[in-house]
Parts: sequence; C-alpha cells; structure tokens
Amino acid sequence: MTVLAEMGTPLQRNLIGIYTIWLREVRKFWRDKSRIIGATVQPALFLLLLGTGIGRGIPQTFQVNNGMQEFLPGVKDYMTFIYPGIIAMTILFTSVFSAISIIWDREIGFLKEVMVAPISRWAVAIGKTFGGSTVAMLQGCLMLLFAPIIGVKLTPLTILALLPLLLYISFSLTAMGIAAAARMRSMQGFTVIMNFLTLPMFFLSGAMFPVGNLPSWMDILVKINPLTYGVDMIRAVVIGYNDYPLIYDIYIMGFFGLLMLALAVLAFSERE
Amino acid sequence: MTNVIEVEHLLKIYKTKTGFHTAVRDVSFSVRKGELFGFLGPNGAGKTTTISILCTLLRPTKGSATLNGFDILKNPHAVRQSIGLVFQEPSLDERLTARENLEFHALLYNIPRILRAERIQQMLTMMELEMRQDELVRHFSGGMKRRLEIARGLLHHPKILFLDEPTLGLDPQTRSYIWNYIQELKRKEEITLFLTTHHMDEAEHCDRIAVIDHGEIIALDTPDSLKKTIGGDMIYLTALNPKRAKEEITRRYSVQVKEDPPKGLYFEMAHGEEFIPGFIQEASFKITSISIRRPTLEDVFLKLTGHNLRDELPESLSLMKTHARTKNR
Repeated sequence: MTVLAEMGTPLQRNLIGIYTIWLREVRKFWRDKSRIIGATVQPALFLLLLGTGIGRGIPQTFQVNNGMQEFLPGVKDYMTFIYPGIIAMTILFTSVFSAISIIWDREIGFLKEVMVAPISRWAVAIGKTFGGSTVAMLQGCLMLLFAPIIGVKLTPLTILALLPLLLYISFSLTAMGIAAAARMRSMQGFTVIMNFLTLPMFFLSGAMFPVGNLPSWMDILVKINPLTYGVDMIRAVVIGYNDYPLIYDIYIMGFFGLLMLALAVLAFSERE
Repeated sequence: MTNVIEVEHLLKIYKTKTGFHTAVRDVSFSVRKGELFGFLGPNGAGKTTTISILCTLLRPTKGSATLNGFDILKNPHAVRQSIGLVFQEPSLDERLTARENLEFHALLYNIPRILRAERIQQMLTMMELEMRQDELVRHFSGGMKRRLEIARGLLHHPKILFLDEPTLGLDPQTRSYIWNYIQELKRKEEITLFLTTHHMDEAEHCDRIAVIDHGEIIALDTPDSLKKTIGGDMIYLTALNPKRAKEEITRRYSVQVKEDPPKGLYFEMAHGEEFIPGFIQEASFKITSISIRRPTLEDVFLKLTGHNLRDELPESLSLMKTHARTKNR
C-alpha cells in the first residue's frame, strides 16, 4: 500500500522523529531571549554575590603557597572554587526546567499531536531528552563568558574538552527531569517536586563547599548525589581541581543518565 | 463500495475512583470509502473515546478495528500514517509560526523532502492562511487556528480525516466557514471524513450518522432515513387548557402527545399542512397558537433516547474551559 511505502523503515522514521522533536526544543529556546537572559542572570548573581560575600567571610588560610594564600591547593579564591559548581547549577536548573515542556505540551494539547504521529514513544522520550540537554548545554556554555571576569583562564582546548562533558551532564540531568515530568500532570506539582529534588542536589554536590571534611551523614548524601560527580568533572577541567578521578565521574554520571533515560522511555511507553 | 473503517464489538471500560465506567459499550459499525460519516451525541456519550481508540491513542478493553486495512492493535503506526486528526481541543504549538507547525508535522510523518514545501504551500493556500504563514500561532483567531489544524491534519494525505467537534467554541460565522472548507474538501479530495458533533444541524451535512448515547450506537443511517422514523411533521401547539387538549388529541387521532413545557404540546402527524385546518375546526378546546415543523435530527434523538441532545452538559461549560485555558497561557 502507498501508505507503507511513504513511511520508510521504522528506524529511519524514529530517527527523523527524534531530530524533529530536538529541533523544536532548540528553536524555541533560541527564540525565547528573556528565558536565556533570566537563566544567565540568576547563576551570575549566585556567582558574583555569594562568591564575593562568602569569599570575604572566609579567611584564606587553607593553604599557604609561596607566601600566597589560597582557598584550596591550586584554587586561588572562593569565587574560583564555586565557579564550576555554578556552571553545574545552571545546567541542573535548565535541564529540569526544560522537562517542564512535556507538561506544558500536554496542557496545550500539543503532546497529542506528537503521540499520534507514526513514531514510537521511546523516540519521543529520547527526542525530548536530546532537545532539553542541548538547551542546558548551551545555557551552561553561556556561563563560560564569566571566566575572564573572575580571572579563570580558559584555553580553546579546555573549552573543546568541556563541551562534550557539559552535554554529557546535561543529558543525564535532563533524562531525570523527563522521567519525572512524564508521570506528572500539573505544572505546580512538578515545580514543587523538582524544587524538593534540585535544591538538595545542588547543596549536596560540593558546588558551594569542599567535600573533603564533612560529617559522615553528609558525606554519604554527597556521595550518592550524582551531581557531585558532574561538579567534580567540570571542576577538573575548568580549574584543575578534583576530588575523584575523572573517569570515575564519567562512569557514575553515565550510569545515572542511562538509568534515568530508561525510566523516561518507560514512562512514555505506558499508555494511559 | 469498500469499507475504510471497520469496527467490531469495541468496548472501553475506565477504572474510576468509585468503580468502573463503561465509556464505549460494544460498538460495531463500518464507514465507507469517501463518505462523510458523523457521530452525533451529547457530550460524554463516548464519541471522543471511540475516536481515541480508532487513532490508537487509547487501547480498547475489548474488540477490534481496522482502518485503511490496518489493525489498530497490530499495526498502529500504519494506522497513524493513514489518518489525519483535528482534535476537539487545540493542539498547535502557539509559540511556533503556522508554517513551522506544518513543517514539524511534515517531518514527523516523514513526508519526502522534495514534496514538503509544495504540500505545505498547497495546504496553506487551501485553508487561506498563506498571508499569515510566518506569524506565531498565538496571534491567530480561533477560526484560523482551526483551519491550520485542518491543514495540518491533511498534510500527509491521510485516507481518513477525523474531526472531533471541529467547530467547538467557534462563533456561528466561523462555524459556517469551517463547514464550507469541509465540504469543499469532500468534493475535491479522495478522502473519508469522520466527524463527531453534538450539533444536529452539523450532522445534517453527513452522508450517514451514527447516533450515540451512553456509549452505545442507537441508530445508524442517512439523515433523511433517520428523520423518516418520525411519523411525519411535528405539530406544536399551546392551548388554554393543555390537559384537556392533550386528552382530546390523543383520543381523536390516536397519537402520542408529549409536553415540552415552554413550548406547550407537540405530536407527530403525517402531512401536517393538510391536517391543521381540519384540526382547528374540530377542536373543542381553545387553541392559542399552533405551528408546524419538519422533523429534525434533534427530534430523532429525542425519540430514540427520551432526552435532548443538549441536556447533558451545557455548552457554555466547555466554552468556559476553553476560555480558561487560553487565559492561562
């Protein structure tokens, strides 16, 4: 039948479907300039205000090197220390925020248009995850503009190494958001749950303080928090300081991402 | 003539907090190729549930259906490629332009690259949206959005186009516009149209109508044949003493006289025009007004179900819902 001829192979169709859904997310992100600005200003305030304020409050006595005081070995000051953490925070919040688009799509009815198209549900989940993670990565990249202001030197090679890592982290975190959003019906509910999840994730990730000398209850929470390894990954590349081996970070983040993606695909595959 | 839709013993039971709700009760019917087929019934009768099952959004509890020769359970993707959908509730991305909405659809349905631009152009022209194609959909009026949705539903050249309450929430003028498009479509394209409505005047346009109530099809025929089940014309009258009038008419003409409080009494009578003069002369009671009306599908529905089409849920309620959604944006 002609219908089947026009359809192509299932794989081809699903790949185009993923691309289409990805394209829509990216296009809408690019169009919404106020969102881009808002998502840049907020972490910038964290970085500059908290970085300055708390940085001044902490005497830089952790390490003395050639008569110079440093915050940590090889880390010039507090602001430099939290900079990679703030990049991770930006990615975390953008990833989760972009997952809201699923609930939004359901609310405006657009999700039906996607659900009734001749592509598989898993392709919808993966397309959404790719779209959201691209957006989160771009937003994370915007934070790199602050490097010169706070005195962090970024070479082209560093940036080149950083981009795939940022995408990698974005992917895992977006998959987490999508897995949650796919099961939720209301925006409010999603926002509440996500605040409940993202804030502790951020606080317990070592983004704002070193994790080397914590009480054991907190140490456990930090270690089971996937974001910890994302922060560590970015910190290793951006300022050359890390608590865990990079390869270790990559494994854990990847495992978490795949697990979340599986949950997201599962959530989409269930018919009501 | 071949059937493009075949539905056999479809059953859908929802689990609710208080127990089970049967939304579709053993429904069987078929739709012929090229036909304009209508589902007429009040809100909540099971129209949307049936359509959702046919377009593979919902899984039936029992029963089977084939569309364009494809089984809804065994080959859902081929079913989806064969159908176009215009949903009851808006389903456009308002933050994209009209053209982008169509491009998105063209990609999802894997329309070959060389045909894409041409088909999008064709649909925009047909639905008279060419001039506004690069504007964001959020700036469109309700009628334009509906037209864009129809354009989108047709873009991949489906064999069947489902229109679920295509004129819901539109003003009368826009409604008649949309109907012009639908009828033009039927003339020009080789397509089967399947629509649901709770407006009897819209159902009149259909080739065949399935009257559905409480999840069951209670009649299926052409509008004319359905109207013929009413024994002639409808005669409405008011009298000074309705009780006596009712009793006398029943006795003398052996017809069933029913009451419709604001309008008075009514009954069915063949060849109404010829009946009235004699009727007025013979009547021993005082008639204050009398009118005659050809039977409508509303009458058919009333006769079949014992209640009005609009009884169930006031339309204003669903309009309010639509309104609230628009405001929340």
